[in-house]
Amino acid sequence: MPISGSEIVKMLPGRKPCKDCGFPTCFAFAMKLATGGASLDKCPYLSPEVKAKLEDLLAPAIKLVTIGTGDNKVQVGNEEVIYRHEKTYIHPPGIGILVSDKEEERKADEKIKKVKELQFPWVGLILKAELLALQFESGNKDRYLSLVRKAAQSGLGLILISRDLDVLFAARDLCADQRPLLYPITKENLDQAIPRIKEKPTPLGVYGEGIEGLIPLTKKLKEAGVDELLLDPGSKNILDAIRDQTFIRRAALKQGFRPLGYPTIAFPCFMGKDGLKEILTASVFINKFASVIILSDFDQYTLLPLLVQRLNIYTDPRFPMAVEEKYYEIGTPDENSPVLITSNWALTYFIVSSAIEATKIPSYLCVKDTEGLGVLTGWAAGKFTGDSVGAMVKKSGIESKVKHKKIVIPGRVARIKGELEDALPGWEVVVGPREAAGIGAFLPEYAKSLRK
Amino acid sequence: MEYKAPVEAYKGVVREVTIGKGDKVLKIGGENILPLHFFDEGSMPNPPKFALEVLDMEPTEKIPHLLEPFGNAISDPIQWAKKCETFGVDAICLTLLSTDPAEKDSPADQAAQLVKRMVSEIKKPLIVYGSGDEKKDAEVLPMVAQICAGENLLIGPVQKENFEVVGKAILENGHVAIAQSPLDINLLKELNVKLCKFLPPERVVIDPLSSALGYGIEYSFSLIERVKQIGIITKDSMTMMPIVANLGDECWKTKQAKENETQGLLWEGITALSLYLAGANLLILRHPETLKLIKETIGGNGRWPS
Repeated sequence: MPISGSEIVKMLPGRKPCKDCGFPTCFAFAMKLATGGASLDKCPYLSPEVKAKLEDLLAPAIKLVTIGTGDNKVQVGNEEVIYRHEKTYIHPPGIGILVSDKEEERKADEKIKKVKELQFPWVGLILKAELLALQFESGNKDRYLSLVRKAAQSGLGLILISRDLDVLFAARDLCADQRPLLYPITKENLDQAIPRIKEKPTPLGVYGEGIEGLIPLTKKLKEAGVDELLLDPGSKNILDAIRDQTFIRRAALKQGFRPLGYPTIAFPCFMGKDGLKEILTASVFINKFASVIILSDFDQYTLLPLLVQRLNIYTDPRFPMAVEEKYYEIGTPDENSPVLITSNWALTYFIVSSAIEATKIPSYLCVKDTEGLGVLTGWAAGKFTGDSVGAMVKKSGIESKVKHKKIVIPGRVARIKGELEDALPGWEVVVGPREAAGIGAFLPEYAKSLRK
Repeated sequence: MEYKAPVEAYKGVVREVTIGKGDKVLKIGGENILPLHFFDEGSMPNPPKFALEVLDMEPTEKIPHLLEPFGNAISDPIQWAKKCETFGVDAICLTLLSTDPAEKDSPADQAAQLVKRMVSEIKKPLIVYGSGDEKKDAEVLPMVAQICAGENLLIGPVQKENFEVVGKAILENGHVAIAQSPLDINLLKELNVKLCKFLPPERVVIDPLSSALGYGIEYSFSLIERVKQIGIITKDSMTMMPIVANLGDECWKTKQAKENETQGLLWEGITALSLYLAGANLLILRHPETLKLIKETIGGNGRWPS
């Protein structure tokens, strides 16, 4: 619940017209503050109390929390909406694997390796998981610390899990500079933990029995000056999880209730669902607001679907995903390979390029910038016309790559054939299939004809 | 500041639509809360339902891990449907793919006869999808409606190009229409407005087109979420219809589903679960294992009889 400019102005000193903040009036300054366009420091007349109060009111409704450092850091929080279509979700949840110190060393090594190495190219991006959650279960402190040491070397974001505070902080001391998340901070260990936390502040995972259980904990931590927190309401099943996640998000955004203004952490690995059901449980958390999701295990076939879902749900609905305008090589094409053209909506590019790939015929795929529209809508919007496609083809340099001068256009825009031939003198424009699904039947014969 | 649980209450109610007759009846919709929001004020009397899809011809592309559960039954649509009934489905969805001019272009009366036989042989309510070719569907679907008069089938897709002829046949022969429009809320509302000029709104369900994970699911997800919210929160009459998500075929068309069984089940499962959470009231799947996985993942928690 963001504070409005007219509420802020009541708290400003109202010395008019000092203009020391660079704005003509306090009101103008307040309006800018409310939208994040100005900084409180610009007003030299605020008392420390008022300033602190305003800082608190102007802080994002959901705290930004950073786990890890450098390239491997996971940043979550700062979300502004409940439903994706209201604006967009901002920080995709971190996905991690649970490694227990009770597991065989070989198994643990394998899991660490999976998080490091399982990577999937997808529409020009690389998708991967990013977190290791290390659980103290063996009762043997040294064994746990050696697991932590090993995991820390990976450089990945770490979550340290131990009910034994002594072990938890010993592990923290091994990797405090990597900003690990410590879990769980509970009502039982809070008082004991606070002084130790303050020695070397890192993000914390707070566990409470339900939402009501969390509130006193986050209040106390905030008073102690610790506020990089993730919330775990301990939901036992999917229905409770949806309730808890929804209430936390609503309380933070609609009620402006600060004690719940933090991102959440979810542990499908502890929810008693095995195999694919655990993965599906994680997928519910991707849709329903969780900011860190920990799985007991995954492999390439179970991880990819979740990573794609996360990407899809966290794309900004206000801007279609687009790929760069240029020609792409599919396989290793040569001077006799087909040249095709399509639009730069990521989905279009993706479907067309996979269809070409499936034929195993090396080809050049030109991608025309349509500002992320599909071929037909792109044409309708004047971004896939014969003239503009012709200009793109010339600029791309594809001409020097092939001996023939033939280009295949999507069947849906057969009508640009004449215009494109005018724009590209000497080229023959071939009308291809209407749907990407038709490429499999079309391309092999066509490629053969080019080699004659 | 004290915490007060942010419980919400809305004014709209999704219309309850009944499909089938006699002892094979299915109710969808009827809720005035968002999906699974049992903590808000209101109720969701009918849990979202699941159908498995059967084609009226043997699939041309044989994906072994998709077809394996059905064995030889895939060569006969009725046997295939009966096999589906053993997997705990709420309904059967028969897709008249063979009528597509780009497939076999099989004649309308042949398709209609098959639907009639299927109605008499299966124990679950029937959903009938035409091939999606709006011209051919304008021949096929009215004939299906006529031959199965009074069976209260769920028939679609009714599209803006053929809504008059298909919609009238649905009205006159006592069925329910699936109004389909391509991923756009304004087109969707416009079609519903046109249809509801002659068809009671209790006999319309919405199919906003369901895209698969990785292939546009975010569009379907947000559209379904919006349609549901506009209906329930703002009480917009033309979006207060149950939503059908026909997603199985879309998922199994993807390279990722075809190449590996686990990946395929998750592709369909995550797509289905996401659209369920967005607000779908009826989900059409292809693989029986996906159905089982989703039901077990969500659980009933005592809210619904299992």
